[in-house]
Amino acid sequence: MVTRAAKFSIQGLHVHYGSLCALRDLNLEIAAHEIFTVIGPANSGKSTFLNSLNRLIDLEARSRVRGEIRLDGVDIRAGLEVETLRRKVGIVFALPLPLPVSIYENVVYGLRMQGVRDAKTLDAAVERSLRESYLWEEVKDRLRTPAMNLSGGQQQRLCMARILAGQPDVLLFDEPTSGLDPISTARIEETMLILKEKYTIVLVTNNVAQAARVGDRTAFFLMGEMIEVSATSTMFTTPADSRTSDYITGKFG
Amino acid sequence: MSQRLSQWIAFSLLFLATLVVVLPVVVILAIIVAKGASAISWDFLFSMPRDGMSAGGILPAILGTLYLVLGAVLFAVPLGVAAAVYLVEYSGSNRFSRLVKLAIVNLAGVPSVVYGLFGLGIFVIFFRFGASILSGALTLGIMILPVIITSAREALESVPRHFRTVSLSLGASRWQTIRHSVLPHALPGIMTGMILGLGRAAGETAPILFTVAAFYLPRLPQSIFDQTMALPYHLYVISTQVPGVPENVRYGTALVLLALVLLLNLAAIILRSRFRARKKW
Repeated sequence: MVTRAAKFSIQGLHVHYGSLCALRDLNLEIAAHEIFTVIGPANSGKSTFLNSLNRLIDLEARSRVRGEIRLDGVDIRAGLEVETLRRKVGIVFALPLPLPVSIYENVVYGLRMQGVRDAKTLDAAVERSLRESYLWEEVKDRLRTPAMNLSGGQQQRLCMARILAGQPDVLLFDEPTSGLDPISTARIEETMLILKEKYTIVLVTNNVAQAARVGDRTAFFLMGEMIEVSATSTMFTTPADSRTSDYITGKFG
Repeated sequence: MSQRLSQWIAFSLLFLATLVVVLPVVVILAIIVAKGASAISWDFLFSMPRDGMSAGGILPAILGTLYLVLGAVLFAVPLGVAAAVYLVEYSGSNRFSRLVKLAIVNLAGVPSVVYGLFGLGIFVIFFRFGASILSGALTLGIMILPVIITSAREALESVPRHFRTVSLSLGASRWQTIRHSVLPHALPGIMTGMILGLGRAAGETAPILFTVAAFYLPRLPQSIFDQTMALPYHLYVISTQVPGVPENVRYGTALVLLALVLLLNLAAIILRSRFRARKKW
C-alpha cells in the first residue's frame, strides 16, 4: 500500500445527524486502484462514510460534517466544485435507480449536464461505458427503449455505465447487489475486479463473503467507529479485534 | 344483524351517496341542454348581439372570456410554478416557507368578490390599467394562483426523491436537476392545477365585475387595454338586468359557457395525457 499514492485521505472525519453521531473520528487512506471494502452491521456508519466521499451527505438536511477529506491531495470541500467532485466520484446505489428515460439517455445524462452536445461524442461514450459495464451486447439494439424495462441486474450495470460515461476516478458502491440474484451479483463482482485496473473502488457491503471475494483491503465499522482496517486476507483469517471476528463469523449483525 | 345484511346496507348507502353526488351534475346538464340547445346556431356563436342583447349572437362575450382565461393562465402558471419550485426544491421547511404555505391556503379561501375589489384597487386604479382585459386577467390570475401553486407543489413533491439524488450524484447542479429530472415528471400534475384554474377563471363573475366586464359592448376588443364582455357576466346581465331576453338565449349562453370550459379542459387533458404517456416509473 505504501508504494501507491493515496486517492482519498481522510482525517478526523465526524458526521452528525442532528444530535446523533453517525461517524466518529475516522482516519483512513484509500489507495488508487484498490477495491476498498467496508463491512459492518446496519447503522454502523458505512453509507454515511460513502456519502461523505462525494458530498451526497450534504443533501441530508440535518447532517453536519467535521474533519477533512482529500482527493488526490485536494480538499473536497474547499478545493473542488461539488459538481466536479461528483463527476470524479461516481456512486452506484443499493437499488438500481435508472432515471425514467431511455437506456441511452441514462448513460449520457451526466455528459449532457456538462454541456456535451456532439452526437458522435455521446454515441462513443455510450458504447465505451456500456462495454465497460458488460451491458453493451445485451442492449446495443435497444438503446432508445426505456431503461425501466431492463432486469434488475441489467439496470444496476446500466447505473455503472452511467457513471463510467463521465470518466470518473473513483467508483463508490453502496451495497450494489443487495437486491440482485446470485448470478447478477457474480457478474457485478467480476466487473468490479476488471474495473479496478482503471478506477479506485470503494465498496460498502452487508455481505461479508462479497468483501472477502473482491476486496483488497477491508474496514470493519461498528456504531460509527472504524474498529479495524487491514488487508482483506488478514482480516478474514486473523482479525485483530474480537468484535471483528464475532461479526465476520456471524455472531451478530 | 347478520353480516350479510350489514354488508348489503353499507353497500347500498355508499352507492346511494355516489348517486346523489352525480345527480345534480346530470340534472343541471340536462336542463341547460334541453332549454338552451335550440338557441345554438352559427349566428349565435359568431355574431354581435342585437336588439338590446335579446337577439343576435354572443361573440364578444365568448372571445372576451377566452382572452381573460388565457391571460389569467399565462400570468398565473409561470408565477405559480416558479413559486412552487422555490418552496419545494429550495426553501425546505423553515419558518418563512411555512408562512408562505399558510398564506397560500388562506388565499384560496378568500371570496372571489374580494379579489374583484382588490383588482379594482390595484390594477384598475393604482396601476391605471383602467377597466381592461389586462386588469381582469391579472385579477383572475391572482385568484387562481393558490390552486396552481398547491397542485404544482403536490406534483413536485410526488416526484420520487431518488431522481434528485441520482441526478445530483451524476454531477448535475441543483437547477439542472430541477430542470431535467424533476419538472418534466411533475408536468402532468402541474397541468391538473392549470385545468382546475382554467375552469374557475372562466366561470367567475365577481372578479371581472369591477375590473373588465362591459355590460354591453357590441364590438370586439382591440387591445389588452380595452374593456370586453364576458360570458359569466353577460349571463348575469341577460338573466336579471335586461327584461325580455328569450329563455333559450339565456340557457344557450349558459350552455356555451359550459361547453367552453369543457373544451378548454379537454384540450388541457389531452395535453396532459401526452405528458403522462412518457411517465415510466
